[in-house]
Amino acid sequence: MLRKKRNRVEPEIPSSSLADIAFLLLVFFLVVTTIDTDTGIGMVLPPPPEENNPPPPIRERNLLKILVNSQGLILINERPASVQEVKDRVIAFVDNNGKDENLSVSPKAAIVSIKTDRQTPYRTYISMMDEVRAAYKELRDGVAMARFGVPYDLYKTRLAGSGREDEIKEIFPMNVSIAEPDKGTGR
Amino acid sequence: MSKFKKKSAKTKQEIPTTAMPDIVFMLLIFFMVTTVLREVTLQVRVQLVKAVNIEKIEQKRLISYLYIGPQSMGGNIYGETKVQIDDALVENLTYIRRIMYDKLVEQPKLIVSLRVDTDSEMGIVTDVQQELRQAGTLQINYSTRRQQ
Repeated sequence: MLRKKRNRVEPEIPSSSLADIAFLLLVFFLVVTTIDTDTGIGMVLPPPPEENNPPPPIRERNLLKILVNSQGLILINERPASVQEVKDRVIAFVDNNGKDENLSVSPKAAIVSIKTDRQTPYRTYISMMDEVRAAYKELRDGVAMARFGVPYDLYKTRLAGSGREDEIKEIFPMNVSIAEPDKGTGR
Repeated sequence: MSKFKKKSAKTKQEIPTTAMPDIVFMLLIFFMVTTVLREVTLQVRVQLVKAVNIEKIEQKRLISYLYIGPQSMGGNIYGETKVQIDDALVENLTYIRRIMYDKLVEQPKLIVSLRVDTDSEMGIVTDVQQELRQAGTLQINYSTRRQQ
């Protein structure tokens, strides 16, 4: 009787820990593989120029012309400036609201135009762009703190699912444009 | 002692199949992970610039990379600055227009991420941008690393 019963028992490899092993491997791959999300500076290029449709005229005061030459030197509205100055100049220009008559009428109308030479180091160009973005970040953070009590980044993440309009982006739209390159500068 | 011997001798030996789904799952996950991370073999040197005020691009599917940098000739020798899209060098910059247009048709929300070597000059970047404008791929991104 006893012997018979024992014969029916089938030996099994304990498989309860297999899930643990599988999980361990999964976690290992998850940790090791870096799904590197791309980080960078986003830009929107202007559409290709059309000959019979010239770009709309812009008032001189609403345009902040930043020029980076082949030596990496910066000119803001024809006057030399350093990279560190760019941020403050952009803030003063954008957040002018018509006070100074050489600077922008309103943040919405303000356009930062960037022009480079063919020999401009890419590094300088990016650090200059970085400064311009820093200026806008500071302005947006200021408004976000005043209105909602949080920095702009946090405001944006809170806004993400709600479907509401980004009010701060409306107040300070980042109008950065890349100037048309000079023609005939040898290809 | 003899009891144990008997037992092992008489019972059927079967491979347990309960763990099969786990193994399959593991393989599935492995392949999912590896296929997403297919890296292109870079033929140009790309040392990204560092910046502070940068943003993440969440939708990785929308991104198409474009590499600009000196062509690597093996060892520490670098040649002329070249443009690479996917796995091939672009011989003539005007080809970018067609390549990017085709990609844009496939993915209308395409973002072109420019991975430019830090020692590059703006000339070639401007040329590439002009081609991108002609192609209609206006959303671009200057790929930079976060400054610590």
